[in-house]
Amino acid sequence: MSDALNIGLAGLILGLALWSIVAREAFAAVEGFMAFGLLLTLAWVQLHGIDVALTEAAIGGGLTGALLIGAATRLRSTEAAARVEGPGAPTRWLAAGVSVAVTAALAVGVLALPVPAPTLAPDVAAHIAVTGVGNPITAVLLAFRAMDTLLEAIVLLFALIGVWSLAPDRFWGGRPGLRQQADPNGILAYVARVLPPIGVIAGIYIFWVGADHPGGKFQGATLMAAMWLLVMMAGLADAPPISRTWLRILLVAGPLVFIAIGVVGVVTADAFLAYPPGIAKPLILVIEFALMPTLTLILGLMLVGAPQRGPLP
Amino acid sequence: MSAVINLWTVIAVSGGAVFFLAGTTGLLRFPDAFTRLHALTKADNLGLGLVVLGLLPQMDSVSGGLKLLCIWGLVLLSGATASQLIARALVRRDVQR
Amino acid sequence: MADFLLIAAAFVLAMVALGLIRILRGPDDADRMMAAQLLGTGGIASLLLAGTATGEAATIDVALTLALLAAFASFAFVKAHSTPADAPTPEDDA
Repeated sequence: MSDALNIGLAGLILGLALWSIVAREAFAAVEGFMAFGLLLTLAWVQLHGIDVALTEAAIGGGLTGALLIGAATRLRSTEAAARVEGPGAPTRWLAAGVSVAVTAALAVGVLALPVPAPTLAPDVAAHIAVTGVGNPITAVLLAFRAMDTLLEAIVLLFALIGVWSLAPDRFWGGRPGLRQQADPNGILAYVARVLPPIGVIAGIYIFWVGADHPGGKFQGATLMAAMWLLVMMAGLADAPPISRTWLRILLVAGPLVFIAIGVVGVVTADAFLAYPPGIAKPLILVIEFALMPTLTLILGLMLVGAPQRGPLP
Repeated sequence: MSAVINLWTVIAVSGGAVFFLAGTTGLLRFPDAFTRLHALTKADNLGLGLVVLGLLPQMDSVSGGLKLLCIWGLVLLSGATASQLIARALVRRDVQR
Repeated sequence: MADFLLIAAAFVLAMVALGLIRILRGPDDADRMMAAQLLGTGGIASLLLAGTATGEAATIDVALTLALLAAFASFAFVKAHSTPADAPTPEDDA
């Protein structure tokens, strides 16, 4: 029975991927892509990758959907014109050829994997006790491969600076996005008052269980960012001007704490990002706790976009 | 006792599945967006609701059951508000035309 | 019991997947949005069913995340569609 479910799921995912590519209207493609993301969440659950499923649920269900809908709406007015001057047949065939070649190469790569596939999972299982955390994913992300996670956090920060740099000079330092108009007594305002408290608790919960069960700071921060965006969408709060000092401090706080603990590791444990024995888990928690607001702010602000209103007088 | 519990699960989950069937049928067959919205909310409220009620006695822990009820409540809240908003957007568009 | 729950999960998923025909046919963006909303609810239901069948407790957390964000895309959609088309576009200034 499980096989039938898996085959059906895979078929649907492929069908939706195809639809997202061939759909003529941007919005129809976006809708297909959102459904694709949801089914991908189910697929990760079927593959027992609950951590990945949680990330896909939070990012795919919340942030990418809203981002792409916004983009599709902005493109609507120019869509017909863009279609007229679209690429010619040779370009299309070339793109199709390259896509098929990449797919074929990936298929060959996956099918050529030795059985059993090479894995470091036994090593992780053997050494996880040292870190004090129970979730192997968290152990890999914040102890065995902490460097990758640190660089990822910094990359996200750079991405946000990239988004901000799209602002015209006269808006630099101002508030990102357009001012949201919404009825303060409307339904959106209602749900933006009721949902975020629950969402924030769920975000903290997902962050907290991440030490021993699937979950973690990234999924939790995504939930929090989505709740923040909901409050902004309803016009209940405005995005902060990007020149605010507290904002900038919080944006760099996560990576800085991470780097500081890493440097302390050079002295106390003989390597950058090495944790002294015995206090690995508290240090991991401190890092995750510091990264949480940073990630929430970065994810939320990336969706709001570049500053579009002048700085405060 | 467990036979009674299992029977309850089978009945409630089957009922929920029927509402998903109805929701899809309505979404595909109803003539305009407003009636389709009506079909959609049946799946949100009763489809998921019956599935949750059916699964409740199968949970190992109280916290699992509470989470199930939270999920239902959240879907009820967001489903109701989203359909209201979509319906209003449709009305506004129809008025503008 | 597990078999029944898995069959139910597959059935619910198949049902809401049929609703995806609305994404293909439209005619309106709102109709497509509804199909996505239905898929979201059905996805949550089949996730809970399959998770209970396999005894994987953490799937409830995935369903909880999906439930919290279930209408997020719909909100963004309504917001995007209710903004007047002649709203100031700051890209204009070069």
